[in-house]
Amino acid sequence: MTAIEASTDVAPAAKRSILKQIVFRKLSTTIAFGVILAFVLLAIFAPWIAPYDPLKQSFLSINKYPSSTFWLGTDQFGRDVLSRLIYGSRTSLMFGLIAPACAAVIGTTLGVMAGYFGGATDRIISKMIDLLMAFPELLLAIIVSAALGGGFWNVVVVLTIAFVPGFARVARASTLSVRQEPYIEASIAIGVRTPMIILRHVVPNISATIVLLWTLWIASAIRLEAALSFLGIGTPPPNPSWGNLIREGLGNIFGSPWPIVGAGLAITTVVLSINLIGDAARDVLDPNSGER
Amino acid sequence: MFSVLIYKLLDAVPTLFLVLTLVFVALRILPGDPALVALGEYATPEQLALFRAQTGLDAPLWQQYFTFLWDVVRLDFGASLISKERVVAVIAYNLPFTISLAFAATALGLIFGIPFGVIAAVRKNKLPDNAMRAFSLLGYAIPDFYLGAMLLIVFALHFQLFPINGGGDGFFDQAYHLILPAVTLAILKVAFLGRLTRTSVLEVLSKDYIRTARAKGAPENSVIYKHALRNALLPIVTGLGLSLLATLSGAVAVELVFNRPGLGSALIKAIAERDYPLIQGTIVVFALLVVVVNVLVDLLYTIIDPRIRS
Repeated sequence: MTAIEASTDVAPAAKRSILKQIVFRKLSTTIAFGVILAFVLLAIFAPWIAPYDPLKQSFLSINKYPSSTFWLGTDQFGRDVLSRLIYGSRTSLMFGLIAPACAAVIGTTLGVMAGYFGGATDRIISKMIDLLMAFPELLLAIIVSAALGGGFWNVVVVLTIAFVPGFARVARASTLSVRQEPYIEASIAIGVRTPMIILRHVVPNISATIVLLWTLWIASAIRLEAALSFLGIGTPPPNPSWGNLIREGLGNIFGSPWPIVGAGLAITTVVLSINLIGDAARDVLDPNSGER
Repeated sequence: MFSVLIYKLLDAVPTLFLVLTLVFVALRILPGDPALVALGEYATPEQLALFRAQTGLDAPLWQQYFTFLWDVVRLDFGASLISKERVVAVIAYNLPFTISLAFAATALGLIFGIPFGVIAAVRKNKLPDNAMRAFSLLGYAIPDFYLGAMLLIVFALHFQLFPINGGGDGFFDQAYHLILPAVTLAILKVAFLGRLTRTSVLEVLSKDYIRTARAKGAPENSVIYKHALRNALLPIVTGLGLSLLATLSGAVAVELVFNRPGLGSALIKAIAERDYPLIQGTIVVFALLVVVVNVLVDLLYTIIDPRIRS
């Protein structure tokens, strides 16, 4: 905690060195950063990198195994698996960035309100958080999407609801500790209005923690989106999403296992890399978190 | 002990009530008309009205809410819109498959996870420890449905050692069908519980009473399994609870991979077919299971650590 807070008011040069410390902490973290960078570039430049149209079906090339023309083979509709994987990285990274960000905004708002105002507000919000936390994320997501259905924004809403409790809990705890600080007391004493205190003094002081949490939850969002798509209640087909690739691959398991192998490896690699970076970030920012 | 049980059960009642309310809210008040969802976009207004009358959706919300609670108390969720079977019958058929999967996976996870964790902690920074760490990193990253699909491809399709799908008939066949799905979930559990046990045991091993035990000449095995593990159990039980909950949601994906009957595959099928009463029934049962697991974990705490009882 203290290390994170300290890092917010150091000079930009020192900040860069923290990023450097995280990246070059271990060989594995450096590789993980490289992997994430590669996937981000793949997602951004998908139309130029992908060898084929990810939606183009061809009866001439159904269930092909990997070859020099189709590096990862084709699926039951003759679509190029590699191209679908590359476009799928767009879907995954998009959800990975957007959903935790939405959850961070809503969860932080709720958590700050609970922590700052206390009393009945705190009791109601805390009870709701506890209740939602009792459910595994995927189960919560399934319940909500049973009501909402699939589609991009619905999935964003589903993921957001699944992640809000986590952010709210941390924001509440951080706010509780910030609220004890003398500068808050001083602001109240000189008559600063409450919204101003929250925006100017509370939020900036807990933002570093929230941002760290957000980066860690990118991996969860990617996993959860893939799981929902796999269950058929996430990104609607034929749009390429890594979860969809595995779902469709399973329906064609006698035809070709390659879509499953490829998409699963992509999810595992990205999530593993983000987790490695997260571990390194925690070690650098909070050296007291204990030997793990 | 008995009074603790009663207390925990009473404590769970308001939670249960809130959970049911949440399910009600999720299914009725969120955007989207259940009748429209159930019948599809092309339903005529007459069909919609008939459906609302049949399912009681035309009643005022508060009335629907009490009907819903009363239905839950009587375990009566109506009949499936597709198969016309009673929802309770569908759940009663599917529930044992999910319970046996969760039970087998958790048992395997505990049997392998805790010893692996202890070995890793004792041989810290040696080969077993590094292997355990690499394994748990991978276990945290790999999605359950991908692992299941790979096991299916390798062991059922390629080597043809296991059945490809279904739940099986009769005890032995069912046990045979259970192996791959249970192993899928168990591998992830071993990664999680193993790492947790390692961290927890390492922390306890640095305590004074361990030094005392060693100083008085207690055999190393007794130090580790009697003194250290017993004290390291509390966080492991928390982890076990989390892991049981994860199994409930993991079962959904794994049941789908292995095309296995179960609560999860029933729910997903119901969602795909917009079978509204079945969705409601399975979700309520899932919610009940979540609450039950939480109560059980609370109860286990008090058994393991007498200090919590007061």
